[in-house]
Amino acid sequence: MGYQTVKFYQTGTYTVGNRLLAPDERSVQAGELRSNSINSGHRACQGCGEALGARYAIDAAMAESNNQLIAVNATGCLEVFSTPYPESSWQVPWIHSLFGNAPAVATGVAAAMKVKGKTEVRVVAQGGDGGTTDIGFGCLSGMFERNDDVLYICYDNEAYMNTGVQRSSATPPTARTATTMPVGKEPGNVFGQGKNVPEIAMAHNIPYVATATVADLRDLEYKVRKAMKMHGARYIQIFVPCPLGWGAASHDTIKLARLAKETGMFPVFEAEHGEVTGVLKIRNKQPIEEYLKPQKRFAHLFGKHAHPEMVAHLQAIADRNIRKYGLLDEEKAHG
Amino acid sequence: MANKPFAITLKPGTSLANLTGSWRSSRPVYLNRLPPCNNACPAGENIQGWLFHAESGDYEQAWRVLVRDNPLPSVMGRVCYHPCETSCNRGQLDEAVGINSVERFLGDEAIKRGWKFDAPATETGKKVLVVGAGPSGLSAAYHLARMGHQVEIQEAGPLAGGMMRFGIPKYRLPRDVLDAEVQRILDLGVALKLNTKVENIEQSMQDGGFDAAFLAVGAHIGKRAMIPAGDAAHIVDAVSVLRSMEGEDKPMLGRKVVVYGGGNTAIDVARTVKRMGGEPLIVYRRTRDKAPAHDFEIEEALQEGVMIKWLSTIKQAGVGEITVEKMELDEKGFPQPTGEFEKLEADSVVLALGQDVDLSLLNGVSGLEIKDGTVQVAPNMMTGHAGIFAGGDMVPSERTVTVGVGHGKKAARNIDAWLRGITYVPEPKHEIATFDKLNPWYYSDADKTVRPMLDIIRRQTSFDEVQGGLDETNALFEARRCLSCGNCFECDNCYGVCPDNAVIKLGPGKGFEFNYDYCKGCGICEAECPCGSIKMVPEDI
Ligand SMILES: Cc1cc2nc3c(=O)[nH]c(=O)nc-3n(C[C@H](O)[C@H](O)[C@H](O)COP(=O)(O)OP(=O)(O)OC[C@H]3O[C@@H](n4cnc5c(N)ncnc54)[C@H](O)[C@@H]3O)c2cc1C
Ligand SMILES: Cc1ncc(C[n+]2csc(CCOP(=O)(O)OP(=O)(O)O)c2C)c(N)n1
Ligand code: SF4
Ligand code: SF4
Ligand SMILES: [Mg+2]
Repeated sequence: MGYQTVKFYQTGTYTVGNRLLAPDERSVQAGELRSNSINSGHRACQGCGEALGARYAIDAAMAESNNQLIAVNATGCLEVFSTPYPESSWQVPWIHSLFGNAPAVATGVAAAMKVKGKTEVRVVAQGGDGGTTDIGFGCLSGMFERNDDVLYICYDNEAYMNTGVQRSSATPPTARTATTMPVGKEPGNVFGQGKNVPEIAMAHNIPYVATATVADLRDLEYKVRKAMKMHGARYIQIFVPCPLGWGAASHDTIKLARLAKETGMFPVFEAEHGEVTGVLKIRNKQPIEEYLKPQKRFAHLFGKHAHPEMVAHLQAIADRNIRKYGLLDEEKAHG
Repeated sequence: MANKPFAITLKPGTSLANLTGSWRSSRPVYLNRLPPCNNACPAGENIQGWLFHAESGDYEQAWRVLVRDNPLPSVMGRVCYHPCETSCNRGQLDEAVGINSVERFLGDEAIKRGWKFDAPATETGKKVLVVGAGPSGLSAAYHLARMGHQVEIQEAGPLAGGMMRFGIPKYRLPRDVLDAEVQRILDLGVALKLNTKVENIEQSMQDGGFDAAFLAVGAHIGKRAMIPAGDAAHIVDAVSVLRSMEGEDKPMLGRKVVVYGGGNTAIDVARTVKRMGGEPLIVYRRTRDKAPAHDFEIEEALQEGVMIKWLSTIKQAGVGEITVEKMELDEKGFPQPTGEFEKLEADSVVLALGQDVDLSLLNGVSGLEIKDGTVQVAPNMMTGHAGIFAGGDMVPSERTVTVGVGHGKKAARNIDAWLRGITYVPEPKHEIATFDKLNPWYYSDADKTVRPMLDIIRRQTSFDEVQGGLDETNALFEARRCLSCGNCFECDNCYGVCPDNAVIKLGPGKGFEFNYDYCKGCGICEAECPCGSIKMVPEDI
């Protein structure tokens, strides 16, 4: 599916660029003149996946819209670390309002541009998983339902990171957060709760829904650019590891995103008008432990008082994703 | 700024005022690590370095980088046992890069296109004598000439090449390839005196007014074995057989030819006999896995119909037949006699039991140390006699063309220093780019290109070259299988993956630079660098 893979240039399309690729075969990020939508000096933690994912996505949107872009931001880490008063990291027209109303603000900006006849100006809205799947969810559903001309990007780091790692409806089962401690005997999140917003978005029959990770840049850029070519309500959820909230090493950010995809824990797919049209296949399937072990939020599943049954349950979730979305090539699935 | 209404307008990109580099406790640095292939090459080739140019299709530049270390790529691409490939990191991913086949392609390309070596920039006025025009002597002559010394090779035989001509058969090394690569060295101004056997090295140096000498006379005297034999039994040694293949009078060995030994020479003789219409039988006292010959050579010989009798020694040689005794391996893996005998048809017996060095040219030279029939040399390749250096098969080491070439290069560097009255200090080696330093995720899946083989009938009946080469498209593909271990190949990953835009892209060919004003030291760039060319080092805080 998806992005054009280069047949064989040593690293093909896995790396950001490659001196052997023609410039138009390289990613937006490989360009010396990429817009660097979020400039250096932002206050994100070392190795922040959200800072990286936002630059990947907004740079791609800038490239696709000829730099005619307005970004609307919900409250969350992305907003707080990028605009420490009196400075801003943003190098795009950017507006912030509240934690829960970014989709509605974006709807308003898009309407204003329409009234002014500025059809070339495109609108993206962006927020964290808390802002998107919890507090902003009503506004988001309304934006979908009206098919407003906005691309909404959710940076999914699986908890409310900005306020100190509280559980959100995107927090996976068993993951420990500051607010899951009192839940039951174990410190982690429970099974059987939470919501799958990409699938809920699909249920709105909007033109485009996709998931992506910071580990597959080419796929991410392809999806943002494709979404920007369309009009109406569009939704992309980008998986962005958070070293602080997950208790992971800052250098493992991309590795963890890659493992989330390679284990099947985070299915990477795209859908048009409610139907899945493509998936990013698993290249080298990994057991779920590979993904869980480098993260302290899952530490209670291993060691002295290990919980193999919970690990098995998580593995079953990953396996279900693989089955449901067809994440393995036929031969790999059987071989 | 401060009197602006709160959160209304902040200037774009103003966070640059915030130097987040101060958060860092360790910093990334770019470095070059030593690729395992380079480390394993006996000639010290910069393999990753020349593959880098081949990857972009600049074959001439690739060849020029290659010949900085080794003047014989076409020969290498055919006869080298490529320890580089054995240690290639890609072997842990799928299969080693076909370094040797790309090397051959570059060498053949150079011959086809007539590429020449750059002429030496200076002349030193020093004269060096090289004794022997085998790979080691030719390599030394080449490097010395490029350093500006006047070089003369004195060679006992009628043609240059040493064992590359009088040992290795044509079906593995066509002579036009050898001739072209030798001629290119001579074109540098190296004088070659053929049919000139050096009988007394000190005399020859004095006669020619040489300031230093490099000896590379090889090992040409076939080892004999004590085999009780009748007067009429036909016993010859392998090196003489192979040598006579190059002359007018081909060896007369009869139909049933027994080759005694289990090394590469035994295999080469047997395959030669097969091509002349004979029926070769190799007799070797140990087993296949214990034989010194490379397994692929044994395999190729078997394919061509060479018969091999493992675990057997020759007890007696008579007219038309020999007696062999069956052996068995003891616990230590040594062959022990069993007392079981067998008679075999044999019109002749060829001994391929290794070679000794003819050291007669060194008679009377002071200070030398001879051990086990070889000349001892210091790490700088100098013998115990000042100004006389030696290398190749005549010194203790593995006996291969590539080792000989490496000795020639090393000796040349030390001779050059010695002539200038200084000592040659090699540059310190970088740490090795082991597989664990790489991030293999980023490399595309790509299987090794297989070189074509001549059809079996022609392999049994002609001396045509057995193994074919790559063409331009698959050579390019094969070169691009290289992981570029330890050396930046400008994949843009560090530039892309930094969450802080702290990597500056300097443009094609110039690589990257860290912007330490903003680098927070997260280490993602190091973790995601495919080839291991970034290292995190602690800041002193
Ligand atoms: C049958 C056979 C097959 C082989 N196959 C391979 C192979 O596939 N790959 C590989 O890497 N290695 C192979 N080898 C080993 C390899 O050929 C030798 O290790 C290598 O040639 C040694 O190089 P050299 O320069 O030390 O000596 P040589 O190649 O032996 O050259 C020495 C030269 O010195 C000359 N000479 C000797 N004495 C005097 C004197 N007194 N005055 C002037 N000149 C003199 C000789 O005539 C000769 O030309 C093979 C060897 C044999 C015998
Ligand atoms: C109405 C309201 N409630 C609470 C807050 C406090 N608050 C700010 S950011 C945040 C959490 C953001 O979480 P998420 O959206 O997942 O973004 P992240 O910080 O994880 O990127 C909260 C609870 C707020 N700003 N507004
Ligand atoms: S991949 Fe390339 S640099 Fe690495 S060992 Fe193999 S040939 Fe050498
Ligand atoms: S990725 Fe960027 S911030 Fe992290 S260590 Fe490398 S240069 Fe520094
Ligand atoms: Mg969050």
